[in-house]
Amino acid sequence: MTETDETNIKIQVRGLSKVFGSQPKKALELRNQGKKRPEILEKTGQTLGLSNIDFDVREGELLVIMGLSGSGKSTLIRCLNRLIEPTEGDIVIDGQNIPKLSEKELLECRRRHFSMVFQNFALFPHKTVQENAEYGLEVRGVEKASRVESARNSLKQVGLDGWEDAYPSQLSGGMQQRVGLARALANDATVMLMDEAFSALDPLIRKDMQQELIELQHRMKKTTIFITHDLDEAISIGDRIILLKDGEVVQSGTPEEILTRPADDYVARFVEGVDMSRILTANSALRPVRATARDSDGPRTVLRKMSDNGLDSIYVVGRDRTLMGIVSVDDVDAAAKAGKDTVSELIQNDFPKAGPDEPMNNLFAMFNDKSYPIAIVDDNQRLLGVVVKGAVLEQLAEAGEH
Amino acid sequence: MAIDIPRIPLGGGIEDGLNFLTSHYSVVTRGISRVTQSGITVLNEGLMWLPEWALMAIIALICWRVANLRLGIGAVLGLALIWNLGLWDPMIETLTLVVIATVVAVVIAMPVGVLAAMSDRFYSVIMPVLDFMQTMPAFVYLIPAIPFFGIGSVSAIFATVIFSMPPAIRFTTLGIRQVPKDLIEAADAFGATRSQKLIKIQFPLSLSTVMAGINQTIMLALSMVVIAAMIGADGLGSEVWRAIQRLRPGDGFEAGIAVVILAMLLDRITQALRKPKKKTS
Ligand SMILES: Nc1ncnc2c1ncn2[C@@H]1O[C@H](COP(=O)(O)OP(=O)(O)O)[C@@H](O)[C@H]1O
Ligand SMILES: [Mg+2]
Repeated sequence: MTETDETNIKIQVRGLSKVFGSQPKKALELRNQGKKRPEILEKTGQTLGLSNIDFDVREGELLVIMGLSGSGKSTLIRCLNRLIEPTEGDIVIDGQNIPKLSEKELLECRRRHFSMVFQNFALFPHKTVQENAEYGLEVRGVEKASRVESARNSLKQVGLDGWEDAYPSQLSGGMQQRVGLARALANDATVMLMDEAFSALDPLIRKDMQQELIELQHRMKKTTIFITHDLDEAISIGDRIILLKDGEVVQSGTPEEILTRPADDYVARFVEGVDMSRILTANSALRPVRATARDSDGPRTVLRKMSDNGLDSIYVVGRDRTLMGIVSVDDVDAAAKAGKDTVSELIQNDFPKAGPDEPMNNLFAMFNDKSYPIAIVDDNQRLLGVVVKGAVLEQLAEAGEH
Repeated sequence: MAIDIPRIPLGGGIEDGLNFLTSHYSVVTRGISRVTQSGITVLNEGLMWLPEWALMAIIALICWRVANLRLGIGAVLGLALIWNLGLWDPMIETLTLVVIATVVAVVIAMPVGVLAAMSDRFYSVIMPVLDFMQTMPAFVYLIPAIPFFGIGSVSAIFATVIFSMPPAIRFTTLGIRQVPKDLIEAADAFGATRSQKLIKIQFPLSLSTVMAGINQTIMLALSMVVIAAMIGADGLGSEVWRAIQRLRPGDGFEAGIAVVILAMLLDRITQALRKPKKKTS
């Protein structure tokens, strides 16, 4: 995982543990001796819900916490706003250490920093859609007029305008969760917590909601922690994923990192059955370019480079490796015979080109009849490498084996 | 072989306790007595001041609004029968006692019920007390009422309040406790205080259950108020009581039917209040 220094850390979690039971000390002692959850449960009757969790949440990112049922996801997200009291550890948000806050400070912290979306919606049945959306603001004591306005706005954001006066029971599951989302958005807290927010929805509606969440998140840049047990969901929405098992972090990284380099069997098993071609990007099949020509090179130099490397076409790059085009061996040969002193007039541009983040399944369609490889360039058109058809096939096949 | 175990002086102890209370707290009991008596008088006279047909119309209208037209018509017929039987005034007296006893019982029961819902310890203390209050035969309460408040309606109300309060407490506690946990969690997540949760979430969501408790309290109050005729409470109960003493079963049944009509009206009205108002969608 590459840590980019310029991104701000919103929440810093260090050494977070949670023991369910009356003798947490005992359980933690055993944990420190290297014992795992099942053994601790057997010996002490205490459930080690979370053990020594470290992670950062970056400002504006959509962080997914993933794990099988019982892995401690709900416990983790509830420790953040202390719906569950952590047993030990630090959770620092904007300089405040949440586990150390007094009752009153905690209320204030929840109001300012956290809004939450729940798996089973948890809408208030006696309140209208509008009143539900207003709830966070009502709790904060925001005056009626301005909270009506915020709630309206966020209902609009989630596509529910016109439903303000309905009651939750009159809405479908998908719409109810939109209300849940609107309630969280209207609150304008700095962090949005979503515990399996889409797990109770039908697959199709779920896909829609994922898409909308991604769009909302891009638009509003709201720091979001999203919990799911579904890797497909994690991959399609997450900027980063943290994988949890038996209350411990087993791996964290970008979706691609998790998929291509599973940290252990547990992660690998998770990765099974995921449609990899959707996930893999050009980067994972990138090969270095064996040789490039400069635009100032003469035809004979270029011919030499090509024959040395067994190429029948070669990329031409400018001074700072910006890709200018490609020349074929036949053209260069003809130019050499004609006594030309540069290849710059021979440069062609009918070859495929893509960025390093291009999904693999798009790449596949880009190979054209001339069987040129795909040139991979960065934002400044600098040549990073190539992707050849064989490598794409190889990656896809490998992905299929998982 | 019989072992001679001395009898535990339970009854004597209770009597001593009651004596102590009546002699040392007579100021309090007299105060309560005066306030209650004037409440009874005001309500009674107010209801009596209304012409029969006017009160009938009001009650019928209430029935119609909260429930349906059928109940409204039923109310008119039932009350007309009571009027016709010459039991209007006793019916009003009974209604007064029921209303006052219920109001007092509910006012006490609500905070107690809320407290029992919030605190497990208080819950475990109060529940056996409620069991005791409910299983104790009803007219046992009449006896201590007399030394406190003397013969008459105030004693009747005292006994009625004690007897009819438990369901209101129980259902309040139940109602608040059965508010789904995830809703409480949602309220907590948004930073709601304890009282914000109670007022905006727990109470509205337990209203229907609380109303069921109040309904039971009213029914118990009605039955107790009738029994309280034994210690001199006015109303339909005393009509029954008099019929028994004079061996006139006909009169007794007439008064009994009036009680049934009143019970049904009170029951249906409070039942209807339980159901949430029609939603505008
Ligand atoms: N209140 C609790 N008391 C005891 N054990 C609990 C409690 N809540 C959760 N657990 C246990 O902690 C573990 C993690 O639970 P949870 O965080 O709900 O998992 P997830 O959300 O990933 O399915 C589970 O083994 C669960 O049984
Ligand atoms: Mg969970």
